[in-house]
Amino acid sequence: MNATHYLYAAYAATWVIHIIYLSTLASRYARLKRELRELKEKSSPGA
Amino acid sequence: MKRSFPIFAVLTALLLGYAFYEAMFVAPTDQMQGDVYRIIYYHVPSAWTMFIFFLTNFVASVVYLVRRNPKADAVAAAAAEIGVVFCTVVLVTGPIWARPVWGIWWTWDTRLTSTLVLWLIYVSYLMLRRFSSGGQAPVLAAALAVFGALDMPLVYFSIWFFRTQHPQPVVGDGGSIDPRMWHVWLLNWAAFLCFGLLVFWKRYQLEILQQEVNETQALQTLHDPRSSQ
Repeated sequence: MNATHYLYAAYAATWVIHIIYLSTLASRYARLKRELRELKEKSSPGA
Repeated sequence: MKRSFPIFAVLTALLLGYAFYEAMFVAPTDQMQGDVYRIIYYHVPSAWTMFIFFLTNFVASVVYLVRRNPKADAVAAAAAEIGVVFCTVVLVTGPIWARPVWGIWWTWDTRLTSTLVLWLIYVSYLMLRRFSSGGQAPVLAAALAVFGALDMPLVYFSIWFFRTQHPQPVVGDGGSIDPRMWHVWLLNWAAFLCFGLLVFWKRYQLEILQQEVNETQALQTLHDPRSSQ
């Protein structure tokens, strides 16, 4: 492997790690929003 | 606040793009290592950003232990998680850099091992928060964070105190670096710090939302114990 390939690999790995984390963050955010909405619907007097 | 997030996000993206361009095409090539040394522009700024978030976690944990403020707990949780992400980047880019330069992926020297231990401590911290139930979880996590922070000075000063495979510092005391490299280095650090703060902002909101969900669930259980079954 050419030394420059290690440079590309390091930069790519950095962004892969950040993108994976950001996607887990987005899915957790969506799940919590949904959970909170359902809980509020359940506890509302009309429910 | 809501309106400023997209503006900050766009500015951070532009800064990251510019910092990448400077790191890849403008910074001079290292005479010894060639272009592979450019990994430094991602590796070291990630390490510094990691330290800032772990330090934030430490301060917020102390504040939580003293005042039991849920917002301090949210700051601690968010900072620890982002610190772990940056620590992962450091632990992945380090060996990728070491292989062509040292001829090995990994060695159990003080700097590398203490960084791995730091990562393990904060992963344990996150697992403790994730899997323990009951009101004492944030207190236990804060106590673990205070002890975990003791590893930070060991990581930072290990290259001064011990003979390690890891190079000595090239900035600050005892080091010298080409001013053009230093400029690109600082630029990349500013970019990663802004990116980290941006993610921290969202992660903090997520933690506050989690606290809201927990409170609503607890209130519902109090009013109707059957709803928790």
